[in-house]
Amino acid sequence: MTHTVYLDHNATSPLRAQARDGVIAALDLVGNPSSVHQLGRQALRVLEDAREQVRAAINAPKTAQVIFTSGGTEANTLALSGTDALRVLVGATEHASVLAARPDLECITVDAQGRVDLGHLQSMLSEGDGHAVVSVMMANNETGALQNIEDIVHLAHRFGARVHTDAVQAFGKVAVDFLALGVDMLSVSAHKIGGPLGVGALIATQDVQLTPVNRGGGQEGGLRGGTQNVSGIAGFGIAAKLAASDLADMTHIKVLRNQLESGVKEIASDAIVLAETVDRLPNTSFIVMPGVLSETQVMAFDLAGICVSSGSACGSGKSKTSSVLVAMKVPEDIAKTALRVSLGPNNTVADIESFLSVYKDLYVRQIQKRNAA
Amino acid sequence: MTTKNWTQNHPLYLDYQATTPTDPRVVEAMAPYWTEKFGNPHSRNHFYGWEAEDAVEIAREHVANLIGATAKEVIFTSGATESNNLAIKGVAKFYGDKKNHIITCVTEHKCVLETCRSLQQDGFDVTYLHVQENGLIDLDALKAAITDKTLLVSIMAVNNEIGVIQPLKEIGQMCRDNKVFFHTDAAQAVGKIPLDVEAMNIDMMSISAHKMYGPMGMGALFVRRRPRVRLVPLIHGGGQERGMRSGTLPTPLVVGFGVACELALKEMAQETERLRGYQTKLFEGLKARIPEIYLNGDLDHRVPGNLNISFSYVEGEGLMMGLKDLGVSSGSACTSASLEPSYVLRALGVEEELAHTSLRLGLGRFTTEDDIDYAIERISKEVNRLRELSPLWDMAQAGVDIKSIKWAEH
Repeated sequence: MTHTVYLDHNATSPLRAQARDGVIAALDLVGNPSSVHQLGRQALRVLEDAREQVRAAINAPKTAQVIFTSGGTEANTLALSGTDALRVLVGATEHASVLAARPDLECITVDAQGRVDLGHLQSMLSEGDGHAVVSVMMANNETGALQNIEDIVHLAHRFGARVHTDAVQAFGKVAVDFLALGVDMLSVSAHKIGGPLGVGALIATQDVQLTPVNRGGGQEGGLRGGTQNVSGIAGFGIAAKLAASDLADMTHIKVLRNQLESGVKEIASDAIVLAETVDRLPNTSFIVMPGVLSETQVMAFDLAGICVSSGSACGSGKSKTSSVLVAMKVPEDIAKTALRVSLGPNNTVADIESFLSVYKDLYVRQIQKRNAA
Repeated sequence: MTTKNWTQNHPLYLDYQATTPTDPRVVEAMAPYWTEKFGNPHSRNHFYGWEAEDAVEIAREHVANLIGATAKEVIFTSGATESNNLAIKGVAKFYGDKKNHIITCVTEHKCVLETCRSLQQDGFDVTYLHVQENGLIDLDALKAAITDKTLLVSIMAVNNEIGVIQPLKEIGQMCRDNKVFFHTDAAQAVGKIPLDVEAMNIDMMSISAHKMYGPMGMGALFVRRRPRVRLVPLIHGGGQERGMRSGTLPTPLVVGFGVACELALKEMAQETERLRGYQTKLFEGLKARIPEIYLNGDLDHRVPGNLNISFSYVEGEGLMMGLKDLGVSSGSACTSASLEPSYVLRALGVEEELAHTSLRLGLGRFTTEDDIDYAIERISKEVNRLRELSPLWDMAQAGVDIKSIKWAEH
């Protein structure tokens, strides 16, 4: 592989150099953070410093619980299957880990842009008995569409329901402020913000009661048994700090993303950018090239050394239509031709030009094929 | 033997059952996966994803090889605690409507005991087998406990505090004969003693990377395919790990785990012999210098990297304070913050006073002969010093039976 252009940052983002240094330094520590001797306490200090870095990066109060997990999926599972709430209401475009968290979920419908229908949420909240948890992701992993979490919190709290938000894709791309959002629980993942794979956290207000998914040992305030991933957590702390302080970089990424989108439209007048009309993540484009299957596009880009995706990495390689697009009522023939492009801090204008050049070839070939038919 | 730079200016590390240093060769193998090979192993759309996926699958082979399994039977998790939770709850939830009895043992790791207790609240019957004075379960007692409602036997391979090795092959055979699933928490055993899931008829095995010189935050659960064991997952979502464990796999940690397994397989015989020598030297050295010390748990059925010794008339926490230049523990790391005497030692019938005087001494790959000499010197000096300060020791030397003293109530 000579030169590769990586445009799949929503699947995973390369590890930041400083986070890597933190990981490597922590790998050289020997203690178990639960051990009382000096070496154990040293590992514990690394863990607690990282906890404060994560807390500060999302502006969670001192009193909030910051529970380290193995990633965003486990954090979502802990939030929703660990809650004592009788009902869990989730948005229809949520990540698979939310949609599968428990069998008795109730689904809130979304509009054509993938934003939850507040009217539907309100009627659901007013109907049922028992206290509920509402879980709506801050930003969608495929379209990048941002939900109006403050409004959802305002509505849910009126009915005495709690709110969880999966902020895995939002963190590091837009400001994530736990206090300002007013949520009760929030999930984050390290590897989407330039931290290491295998680490995440659930942040919950002091009064949220959870039952652990993994029992034992008593680590993480008894809410998550198992020796903590000290090196990963050390890297997560550093990445979280940088993600919050480097947010201004997103302005530049957004410029590139917009260049990409306008370039696409110049080439293909029938291309559609999904969820284009609502607030979106600055780095994400989910683009339909009518008539060309997502897999065909992905392959053509891969041959040219450009990494893009047909949707969420978890669902990739399976030829099912994106559940996000199904929920948005995008017709199947359109949904099957969507391509996710997600940018990161290292992308350049040259990367966008490479992308557009391949895109143009692909599109022209498609037109020729259509005309020949 | 590879040395680690921390040995120079840090306390001497003798707590290998709490965690092991990450082997420098493991750290090195992980290195490229932190940076240039950063792909999401589940991205099926491009080179980075495939590269990461290939690395994950090679690691899976290494884990499988070490325990005589096939790669398809290895499910990666975040560690042995998750593996234990997944194995026990997963089987209980899948088969719970047919059979509802689980047999485990009182000296299991907390995460097994707590998982079993939570299942009791869900209507399961759990038998907690007692152990003999040497820490081993009584096979006749196990046989007697099995009924036609028994779904699962969960017995750890090696105890984390006293290092004793349970008779896995015999337990496995008994379970197979009775059509009961056999799960073993092998966090302290894998890479230390030869294990073969086929010969031992093990249906599920929990493995931890950081107990065998791999990174923290990584583990695996072996789940037998023939005859097949089915589980309800704990963590749902993207459907990774054949649907049994969702979540993006941490490629560098997986790679490190694989290399740790490869190294363990290659070096186990040699390392066992070396550590057995150190174990004997340490125990004999302490016995020669300190009267009235007691080894907890069987010496013969024991991993070479562990000793657990009660130093009568000396308080364990006080002893640890006096041994600040040694990284040692008075018991399991998970429960070490509490001042309760070890439930494992209590289960062996060790009296509370004596249980309070125990140290767990863990030896491993980076332990040297000099370390053993130093440890003998320091521990014997400190124990003898503390005993000189102890009125109980004085009385005992004068022939007073300490147990006969009627302590005044406060």
